[in-house]
Amino acid sequence: MSFYADPSFFMLLAAAVAGAAFLGLRERPLKRYGLVASAAFLACLFCKDLPGLAVAAGFTVAATLATRWLLASPSSNARFYASVGVVLVPLLSAKVGAVFDQNLLGFAGVSYVTFKALQVLFEVHDGIVGKMGVFDYLYFLLFFPVFTSGPIDRSRRFLEDADAVRPRDEYAGLLARGILLLLAGVVYTFVVAVWLHRFYAPSAWGSGPFVAELGGQVQTAYVYGLYLFFDFAGYSLMAMGASYCFGIRTPRNFRAPFASVDIKDFWNRWNITLSFWLRDFVFMRFSRLALRHRWFKSRLTTACWGFVFDMALMGAWHGLTADYLLYGLYHGLLLAGTEAFQKKSRFYRAHKKSPLFRAASWFVTLQLVMFGFALFSGQVTMLVKGAFHG
Amino acid sequence: MAEITHEELEGRMLDILEDICEDDEVRVRRDEDLFALGLLDSMGAIELLVTIEEEFGVSIAPTEVERDEMNTANLIVHQVEIRL
Repeated sequence: MSFYADPSFFMLLAAAVAGAAFLGLRERPLKRYGLVASAAFLACLFCKDLPGLAVAAGFTVAATLATRWLLASPSSNARFYASVGVVLVPLLSAKVGAVFDQNLLGFAGVSYVTFKALQVLFEVHDGIVGKMGVFDYLYFLLFFPVFTSGPIDRSRRFLEDADAVRPRDEYAGLLARGILLLLAGVVYTFVVAVWLHRFYAPSAWGSGPFVAELGGQVQTAYVYGLYLFFDFAGYSLMAMGASYCFGIRTPRNFRAPFASVDIKDFWNRWNITLSFWLRDFVFMRFSRLALRHRWFKSRLTTACWGFVFDMALMGAWHGLTADYLLYGLYHGLLLAGTEAFQKKSRFYRAHKKSPLFRAASWFVTLQLVMFGFALFSGQVTMLVKGAFHG
Repeated sequence: MAEITHEELEGRMLDILEDICEDDEVRVRRDEDLFALGLLDSMGAIELLVTIEEEFGVSIAPTEVERDEMNTANLIVHQVEIRL
């Protein structure tokens, strides 16, 4: 059973939400029910994929043990690095395996459980997460609404919600919002995205006039970008909505990304939970290390390398293919360029608040973003290959 | 570290913030969100944490404090003060 796609999933979800509503409206705790429901949903997810189930179970046990082991001595660097290494094994091996068309230890949701398990390890090592019950940890890791594709919640925030027993009115408000979000997500994904996908017809560069051919390619990139947004934002809204019904206020993943006025702004609006995860656990850690050890001459250089590293990793995470790696590198360089421009340019400082500058900046950003999607979808490499092979 | 008064800490923090934000507006708008004002971003935030560590020996991890609890000059001073 695929989550948020098969009719059987939605029927099961309706039943599970009804149960949650029954408990929540009677001001009963939802944590145990949510954990049992998650186990049932995951059983359905993996029912036809026993090898996947075995790896997912193995990962869950290993991550739980590694986290307990680190919790016993949080400041130990050896334990921290060893635990991070253990948790990363399935994700890394799945990504490398995919290059050779092999499924090596991959399973549905491997990326998202890995991100969550790493967040816990980082924060245990930082001394922010002091104790965590095994069932709390498992609930955070396996919470079914966000298991396969996020949004990526944070453990402290998640458990605060999971432990809350809300007054009837407050829960009713969450439930109502949850159902609305679910419905909005259904419209985004199954109406708008499906409709847009009809117009998505990537084609090679033809023999027509240059402007007409370019127009066709730009249209393809725009259709793809809009389709990607409505498909992924729709999924994220559904996942958020289902979470709300269980009393978990999963953070939002998109905030009007096409209204961004620069690329930094874009990454605060597009796939927000992934971008913030990378910001907190890659960019900030990298920059902190670089600043402490004075790796680079200036703050600006540090930030630029941080952005490139951060986004290159983001691209590699999507997949070790030329398209994704280029997409990551492209955004890293764009962020670095934006940072340099905003920090160095007098013109920017003088005009950054003027409506005309903001409008121009918005327009340029939108084109850069759409070009990024053309890299991501493989449209650009297809055109380049076409140009070489005539 | 020797005892440091609130005024000394505030003075040194404002110097640090002015240096990182490259703007003396931080001295005037002490209760305003520095991220919303565009004076602080992720890089600025990490510089701030590293500088606080070097200057005061106070270590704050990147995700330790929620952004809305450490986004104004006065809140930053407060977060350092409670850890001294």
